[in-house]
Amino acid sequence: MEKFNYLLRLGDDSLILGQRLAEWCGHGPILEEDIAMTNISLDLIGQAISVLNYAGDVECKGRDGDALAFLRLEKDYKNLLLVEQKNGDFGDTMMRQFLFDAYRKLLFERLQSSTDKQLAAIAEKSLKETRYHFKHSAEWVIRLGDGTDESHKRVQNSLNNLWRYTDELFYVDASDKVLTKQGILPDLSDLKSLWLQEVNTVLDLATLQIPTNNWQFEGGRKGVHSEHMGYLLSELQFMQRVYPNMEW
Amino acid sequence: MLILFVLIVLKHIFVLLSCVPMENKNLELLEEKFQQKIDQDIKIEPNDWMPDNYRQTLIRQISQHAHSEVVGMLPEGNWITRAPNLRRKAVLLAKVQDEAGHGLYLYSAVETLGADREDTIDDLHSGKVKYSSIFNYPTLSWADMGAIGWLVDGAAIMNQVPLCRCSYGPYARAMVRVCKEESFHQRQGFEIMTTLCKGTLEQKAMAQDAFNRFWWPALMMFGPNDADSKHSAQSMKWKIKRSTNDELRQQFIDVTVPQAELLGLTIPDADLKWNESTNHYDFGTINWDEFWQVVNGNGPCNAERIEARTKAKENGLWVRAAAMAHAEKQRERTKQSA
Ligand SMILES: [Fe+2]
Ligand SMILES: [Fe+2]
Repeated sequence: MEKFNYLLRLGDDSLILGQRLAEWCGHGPILEEDIAMTNISLDLIGQAISVLNYAGDVECKGRDGDALAFLRLEKDYKNLLLVEQKNGDFGDTMMRQFLFDAYRKLLFERLQSSTDKQLAAIAEKSLKETRYHFKHSAEWVIRLGDGTDESHKRVQNSLNNLWRYTDELFYVDASDKVLTKQGILPDLSDLKSLWLQEVNTVLDLATLQIPTNNWQFEGGRKGVHSEHMGYLLSELQFMQRVYPNMEW
Repeated sequence: MLILFVLIVLKHIFVLLSCVPMENKNLELLEEKFQQKIDQDIKIEPNDWMPDNYRQTLIRQISQHAHSEVVGMLPEGNWITRAPNLRRKAVLLAKVQDEAGHGLYLYSAVETLGADREDTIDDLHSGKVKYSSIFNYPTLSWADMGAIGWLVDGAAIMNQVPLCRCSYGPYARAMVRVCKEESFHQRQGFEIMTTLCKGTLEQKAMAQDAFNRFWWPALMMFGPNDADSKHSAQSMKWKIKRSTNDELRQQFIDVTVPQAELLGLTIPDADLKWNESTNHYDFGTINWDEFWQVVNGNGPCNAERIEARTKAKENGLWVRAAAMAHAEKQRERTKQSA
């Protein structure tokens, strides 16, 4: 049960962010970025497929990745609040991506040594993609932060708005502790300090400041989402809800 | 001294007089040589001499093609977030990403002819340069993703396979790469249709409805009848075009009708029937009024498509400005540290 729960968190982060990035398709600021964002979305959907299918196997109730992706209630999605936030402008999207990629890169590095062979294999494959995503988003954060006055102001604003969702990246509850004991989850206690280091290095280059108000939100990991989530799910689930039990 | 002066003046007069016809003669010679190269199937490369009209025709044709790839992302992009399962979502993302890539190679091919990519894009936004009018039709159901892949990418392949032998090297090479991916797109579209047609009654009806809406616009993708096609003859001579609009359209119909029959779909054309004597399908009259209305901006989604592309560019201006400013700062820093 704990493992199923953890896989949902991992898979839902990929699924929901992949869904968000797909909204950019055809509307990117330059054609090269249309290609890059579509590509990252594709990687994330690929991760969601392997993680949620595995979650379905672990659960043993006959649900596959699609059933989990499309047919749960909102409260049963366990993704971070960060990834369901709206795309906003290109700076908001890149900042959201950067904060997330920095975390996922460190997480997948650790998960490679999980005693769960399948989880370790997924982590290894996803890490390669995530390193590329991180390079891409970090470079944009630097360009925008250390670009023009306007871009600096905009992306500083993005950071101010998104910072409140970053504590949740390191959310831990009793279920994680069980998995740590079993060795399925490696020790992740220093993840936050490593993340802060990585993030600070990039923000320094970007001449951006972490906001002084550190009031934080959480809820996604427990299934309590933001107002945006219902709309996102209504698009995601549309076909499966309107035409149930069909092959596509 | 005087004689010398007179001689010099005379020589100048002679040179001045002979200049104009000489230039014309040179041009004729160049054009003749150029046509010989084309007749011998020698590729024209960016630095080779080419008639100005050849260059302009290619810029128009390739930029139209590039814009079609990019605008074409919109009707399919419309269904990515609503794809019915994860595998379909991933395949559609990959397809639309390919189309953006096609746009990119083609804009590069336009640049080899001396046109600026941004100017080319502005010509799209101002309506000066067109794109395939098929993308001005709305995508109303999931089955449209099947119909577009099968019919629209299918028609694109018909149009583009001959262009792999186009006389202009960079365009021909871009087409070889593009065509490989288009055939994957066509297969995924046909596969969506196959699944729907084997599915429930609702799914089958969804497929038939999409087919009804996309069949005629797909036939229009080959352009006006040969008799009304103003650029055709010269383009054929230059091998920028290798088959006529009507030939390609007929070929498309002949290939596609049996596929529709295999799917169990009804072709929305009461006049369609096999003709024993020509060995081709006869088909009904295309609604050319509709064709020209859509080409000239009055299709169901023309305004939305151009608005979406213009907005994408406008919303991206600050991003480009930032990237340029940052690159400039970096250059300054390396200069200072050196
Ligand atoms: Fe294409
Ligand atoms: Fe295509």
